[in-house]
Amino acid sequence: MNFWLLSPELSLCGIALAVVLLDLVIEQKKVLAVISVFGLIIPIAFTIALWGEQQASFSGMLVVDNFSLFFKFLILGISALVIISSVDYVKKFARFQGEYYALILFSTGGLMLMCSTGELISIYIALELASISLYALVSFLKDPKSSEAGLKYMILGAISSAVLLLGMAFVFGITGSTHLDQIADKVSTLVSGGQLWDSPALLFGIVLMVAGFGFKIASVPFQMWVPDVYEGAPTPITAFLSVASKAAGFAVILRVFYTAFGIEAISADWGMIFAVLGAISMTLGNVVAIAQTNIKRMLGYSSIAHAGYIMVGLAAISTLGKSGVLFFLAGYALANLGAFIAIIAISNKTGSDEISDYSGMSRRSPVISFILAFCLISLIGIPPTVGFMAKFYIFNAAIQQDLLWLVIIAVLNSTISAYYYLRVVKVIYIGEPLSDEPIPSSIPMRVSLAITSIGVLVLGIYPWIVLRLAETAVVTFP
Amino acid sequence: MTELAFWVIAIVLVSSALAVVLLRNVFRAALLLIVCFFGVAALYITLNADFLAAAQVLIYAGAIGILLLFAIMLTRDLHSGNPFHRLHLPALVLSLLLLATIIGVVIGTDWTTISEVPQVVEMPLDEPTTSYIAIALFDQDNGFVLPFEIASVLLLAALIGAVVLVRREGKD
Repeated sequence: MNFWLLSPELSLCGIALAVVLLDLVIEQKKVLAVISVFGLIIPIAFTIALWGEQQASFSGMLVVDNFSLFFKFLILGISALVIISSVDYVKKFARFQGEYYALILFSTGGLMLMCSTGELISIYIALELASISLYALVSFLKDPKSSEAGLKYMILGAISSAVLLLGMAFVFGITGSTHLDQIADKVSTLVSGGQLWDSPALLFGIVLMVAGFGFKIASVPFQMWVPDVYEGAPTPITAFLSVASKAAGFAVILRVFYTAFGIEAISADWGMIFAVLGAISMTLGNVVAIAQTNIKRMLGYSSIAHAGYIMVGLAAISTLGKSGVLFFLAGYALANLGAFIAIIAISNKTGSDEISDYSGMSRRSPVISFILAFCLISLIGIPPTVGFMAKFYIFNAAIQQDLLWLVIIAVLNSTISAYYYLRVVKVIYIGEPLSDEPIPSSIPMRVSLAITSIGVLVLGIYPWIVLRLAETAVVTFP
Repeated sequence: MTELAFWVIAIVLVSSALAVVLLRNVFRAALLLIVCFFGVAALYITLNADFLAAAQVLIYAGAIGILLLFAIMLTRDLHSGNPFHRLHLPALVLSLLLLATIIGVVIGTDWTTISEVPQVVEMPLDEPTTSYIAIALFDQDNGFVLPFEIASVLLLAALIGAVVLVRREGKD
């Protein structure tokens, strides 16, 4: 057992416990946010210090490599930004601020562990740690919408966990192991003769696992929870759900499928599953998003569509595709977080998430409006934003793997998506303002808005900074 | 003998599980769920898994079963039973399709191909399993220590979440 390898998670749990305990004695609750954010620097520092490590510990259950560290860094960063942008929002549930920050940190720990385990039972438990914290966080507002969202998320989440476990049970039943590398050995002897169809149990297990993970990344046909949960949840938690939970879901998919089922005989089969699911996800997400009037719901459908785009990278089974997924997730996290933080800032003042209430927002708050518009443009994928680079890279990977049909669908979808994103931009800039009151923004909000928008711009011009990291991260997989 | 026991348990188990889903009276459904839990415990006994069987009775049939009954007794509108909805037929069709798929997969797979995979701990068939389970969980070299520890954090997070959701906003 090498506890040095576990240091980011251990320190994160320590901070979460410290927040819970200090909550008892500290009267000024804002201090808790400060402790959480500055505390996150410790696990981030450990993660950076571990970079380059290539080791497994706890009998292969903890795998620390550049791939897991990339995701740990991403998730920790997202978590820090979400906590910073919650500072004003938490006055809605003033009594439970300590628990709020602690649950975000616990959920972060679960997501980080998801990215760095090489064993099915650990993956499942880490996923549950992340999910159960999120179930509570989603219903934190305790109003009818938030409670409904929490209940829906929990029931559907429990069903998806059951499906995932059944899939793992089938895979365990046919391979006799829960360790991904041992599964890989067994799978290569099982299907050495030919097709995946020769072993129905393995195929069925894989399909069920795709279903279970599909819930986490909000892909069709497991997307039905997204709009209601996104609308009802506290907005910072919606942001956290849409980027951190999705990133960890894709990390698990990449690790499980490339490590355990990575042999060539079957990778084309599950690649095709992802290609079809991705095409349906992006089409459904984009088409339904057009009809939305609530911006959180709209971004919910947009996140379904983005799950579809990212699955293009999964379907292209190549190094380019894998690193494309990592880069896309980083870029998507920045742009989506930026948009959500702007929405938080605006709704803190107006108390509304309806798109029609954003009318003329550019005159009430030029900076926040500009950042929101900029992030939405990045979500469409227009240069000079990171969204363009991410899509370019991932579509390029797909073309090199002869998935032209998928890329055509994806590009058409990007065009459709421009309609509803630009509609928001139009309302902000051309509509008549509903009042003359400016939108105030606190220093934490400004900091997080600045980080995300600069990130979107810089990665849009110099994508190599993160692309190189993503390329070294995916070397782990053959 | 074991085979006969298996079929008896299987019939009790499947019929009680079906009744849980199909009965409209929630209270009866909960009682039959406890029967179902006992059935699973009996199944564990036929598989020589003594510790699991005891844990199943204590935790599921005991703790969870009683908790479930309490929750139902404290709920209003019990008499109306499960709410009616229009999706009965599609749900039935989907469930039957899933059942057919699972049965097809289980029958269609050649399960004998599972060869020797290194086990965490070699376990003789006729001994009590408790200590072997402990070794499998906590062994220094190849035990399941990490998931066990994550589970403890998971319980803490669930506890905190439950406290937040149950308590009211405002002064107490």
